[in-house]
Amino acid sequence: LPPQHNADPQKTAFLLRKQWTLYSVTPLYGFSNADLKHYARLLSAFTAAEKQKGLAVEVGVELDIKVTVSNVPDLKGSDRDQDAILVQLSLRSSASQKNSEDKLVWLGCFCCVFGDHLSENLPEDFTCLPLFLANGAEGYTSIVGSWFQKTFDCCFRRLAISPLNLSWMAAMWTGCQVDKTTSAMELVFSAPCLPYPLDISYAIHPEDAKALWDTVQKTPGEITQEEVDIFMDCLYSHFHRHFKIHLSATRLMKVSTAIASAHCDGIIKFLQSKYLAGVLMLLTELAISQIQ
Amino acid sequence: MQRRQSSETLKKPLQAHHKNQTDLSAWRKGRRTDPEKNVQSHQSPNAQENDSEQDSLEEALRYFEQVQDCVSLKKKNVLQKHLTTVESIALQRGLPTEGFDVLLKVALSGKLADTVNTRLLKSLVPASVIPETSVVSAVSWLCVGKCSDNIQLLFLRWLITMFDFIDHKEELHALYGFFFSFLQDEKMCPYVCHVLYLLTRKESVRPFRIRRLLDLQVKMGMQPHLQALLSLYKLFCPELVTITLPGKTKTYFKNSEGPWKAAINAVRRRNQANSPVFQTLFLGTAQPQSRKRKWNTQLMIPASSTNRNNLEEDREKNCVKLYSRNESFPVEQLQTFSQLLQNIHRLEFPSQMGSVLTHPLLLHYMNCIKDESVYLRLYYWMGQTLQEECPWCVADNSQYEEEFKDFLETVYKTECFLQEGFSSCEEFLYKSLPLWDGVCCQSQVLRLVSWIPLGTFSEMKSHLYDPLVQLFFTSSLYFKCSVIESLKELLQNWLNWHVTHLDSESDSQVHSLNTTLSGLVNTVAELIHFVGRISAVALRLENNHTFLLYFILDFYETVCDIYLRYNLPLLIMPPAGVFYPALLSMDAVNLNQLCYIMYRYRTNLVAAKENDLSKKQMLQFKFSSQTYQEYNQYLIAMVGCLWTSSAFQKDTHPQGLRMDDELLKKTAVKEVKTSFNIVNHPAMMGYAVRFLQQAWPDDTTFNFSLIKGRKWDWYLEYLYSQGLEGLKLFIESSISRVSQASHSKA
Repeated sequence: LPPQHNADPQKTAFLLRKQWTLYSVTPLYGFSNADLKHYARLLSAFTAAEKQKGLAVEVGVELDIKVTVSNVPDLKGSDRDQDAILVQLSLRSSASQKNSEDKLVWLGCFCCVFGDHLSENLPEDFTCLPLFLANGAEGYTSIVGSWFQKTFDCCFRRLAISPLNLSWMAAMWTGCQVDKTTSAMELVFSAPCLPYPLDISYAIHPEDAKALWDTVQKTPGEITQEEVDIFMDCLYSHFHRHFKIHLSATRLMKVSTAIASAHCDGIIKFLQSKYLAGVLMLLTELAISQIQ
Repeated sequence: MQRRQSSETLKKPLQAHHKNQTDLSAWRKGRRTDPEKNVQSHQSPNAQENDSEQDSLEEALRYFEQVQDCVSLKKKNVLQKHLTTVESIALQRGLPTEGFDVLLKVALSGKLADTVNTRLLKSLVPASVIPETSVVSAVSWLCVGKCSDNIQLLFLRWLITMFDFIDHKEELHALYGFFFSFLQDEKMCPYVCHVLYLLTRKESVRPFRIRRLLDLQVKMGMQPHLQALLSLYKLFCPELVTITLPGKTKTYFKNSEGPWKAAINAVRRRNQANSPVFQTLFLGTAQPQSRKRKWNTQLMIPASSTNRNNLEEDREKNCVKLYSRNESFPVEQLQTFSQLLQNIHRLEFPSQMGSVLTHPLLLHYMNCIKDESVYLRLYYWMGQTLQEECPWCVADNSQYEEEFKDFLETVYKTECFLQEGFSSCEEFLYKSLPLWDGVCCQSQVLRLVSWIPLGTFSEMKSHLYDPLVQLFFTSSLYFKCSVIESLKELLQNWLNWHVTHLDSESDSQVHSLNTTLSGLVNTVAELIHFVGRISAVALRLENNHTFLLYFILDFYETVCDIYLRYNLPLLIMPPAGVFYPALLSMDAVNLNQLCYIMYRYRTNLVAAKENDLSKKQMLQFKFSSQTYQEYNQYLIAMVGCLWTSSAFQKDTHPQGLRMDDELLKKTAVKEVKTSFNIVNHPAMMGYAVRFLQQAWPDDTTFNFSLIKGRKWDWYLEYLYSQGLEGLKLFIESSISRVSQASHSKA
């Protein structure tokens, strides 16, 4: 994993221990960091108008739903990456409970970690933030996404993670140093072509997994496809010895480690602040390959 | 403040009124003193009738101008008479410009009974235009409030219906605030909204008005007329207000045209040439959704709507120049070509570039504005859409094949319109062709293939030719024909691209590798060789099917003319596997096609040779002697087969028809020597039979040897008359007169 950009981990802590749905986003056209407040006003009016179809909403007045759009400069790989953008939707507390805080209902984050090769040949009026993470009700994702699509002429696509990429994640995250190794590494497989769903959960003690990986990896800091294949094959043959089931014939659905957990439908949970940038870099890479 | 303004505007129209009065008399005098018209009126009774009608109309107008508050009972029939005059003339021919001022004033001043006022308003149909001044004065009468509610409503409906016939609208725009104040009136509100909808410009949209409308919305709930006006406000000032229209509503305004519909249509028919087009509502631009889809679905081609990216800038402009007229033109309003021409300097691309696909006017605009961002936005959107919605790449999509077909169709049409392939489409084809079954969206995919931009050969081979060839050999005859057809179009598109860029190329700076002439020649040559190879194999697989042969020869009709028609130094002969099946075809259509192709090859080669000799230009692209040699070999075979009956002896092509006499004897076919000529060739035999029947009706022996000498020439004339144009061109160009002479001697 690459060295962490000298960023304040506090500023990116909001990403941790939440379940995020992943999307790829094509470059935003005509987006300007100077206008974030303005975008927030428009977006909150748009959200209100969408929620009560047919009724007009004045832009800029206090609405039940509050939108903030802000930069997260700490969430990027290098200075050539654009600043990440955080969109927050919260419901205003009712008048009777004036002191209580607004209730956060939805979070969305556009980011780019070491993904500057996407913007290399693009004109200046495009902003490249290829990875979008959403946390909250899909209804809000749809409203915010539509607004961005309409306003900045971009396209959102769900970012699925292929079994191949999941096995890469399994191998990479196994090798990472974690201070307190408490949680087990878990791989979930699904047997295809059955009349009923059959999921197989394969849990491995993190230290055992790490010991296996250390015997497979030849040069530290470098991973090859061959090494990943060997690592997975070892796990498969171990499983076969005990249960007589060929996991290689099933489909890898989910990988959970102490670093993060990832589901093939494009859902991720970050668990370690230290490795946040590394995971985001991999996801940025996947998003870019889906765009291009 | 509004009151004061009201009295001011009230004065102005009154002055204008006086002016109009003098106009009226001038109109009368002018007509009277016009000698030509006098003459005419004597000549035609029709014109005379018109004349008297005009007299009575003038009289009626004078009457209404001076009419007193209360019409006494005995004068009622006078009123009745003038009213009828106005009505009948109005509905037949429309009223002259001068009449509106008087009639509007009397109708809205409340002097007469409502029934009269109603009849007057209903007869206010213009012959040509309605002067703005009279409308302004009518609005001031409306403000005075002397007429009844019903008349007020009728006037508003009249104003909506006649809006496009008003000659100017500047002063009317100045009355925006007055109309706006009428919104308070519940009955008038729907019609006032419509008037405001027609009058609204960007500068009319002000925060206090928005607040007023929102208050009304709170009071009256969801009203379609308010929704329409508010969404127009949103269109002009999205930074101030926003609204999401529910999909169900179809009409936003009540129909006002009712009482005048027939008359309006008549007026329209009369001045058809320059009749104003009614401003249509541009609210429901979204296409109907056939099914509920994901929010981020891309297959829905977005409706064109104004770009909101420059909002900040706009707002600043507003502060400086509140009434500036050079704001951008909303794409929602762009509906005619003349609008495009008038507003091209202040037009902006829509917020979602994908919408240009269904908007031909924007495609014109796109063609003019060569902007990199435009293509990039389209590239990303289209690339994502094609990938996400492709039925054979994404498992769940197979049920949406029809929609995808329509989408591909739209993309193809756009490419044809722009005469240019999209790179996102090319990438999509490269990615998805290896997975394609050759059936799903077949014709759409193959048509898109024809717009693949020129690339390097290695790229084309691995991405296009290889996946295509697998499908080609394993699919039906019709698929094979379709592939050849689309490759022919691909070739033509490349060649057209070359021709159009030939002139502009000299001043363009960048010559990428594949746009240099040698790069182009190589890629085109590879395509032709590729088609040649698969054609030869396909003909064997399909037993030289006539239908397939037709498509293959069609391809070569383009190939044989590349030098002269597309100015590209490239001539490639068809392989023997194509040439001989065509030459020995059982069908005259194929043979005729081959003759035409050989004639064009000859013309091109001769032209090339002449150019070589005279200019010595483009030495690197000189046709190799092999091409000439190949052509000559084919020519000998053809002449032997069609003319000299010597195909088996003279053919020198290694894959040709040459056979030893010994071998021929073993076939035991009688008269081997003459079995191939223009009479005995299997494709021509039908013609020969018909010719014999006509020339010797009594002879039933079908003695083909009778066709010789002069009869041979007659036979040729007969063939030419049967539409064998290619054969004619070939024989006249490639067969020397000596042989013709020798035949006629024989």
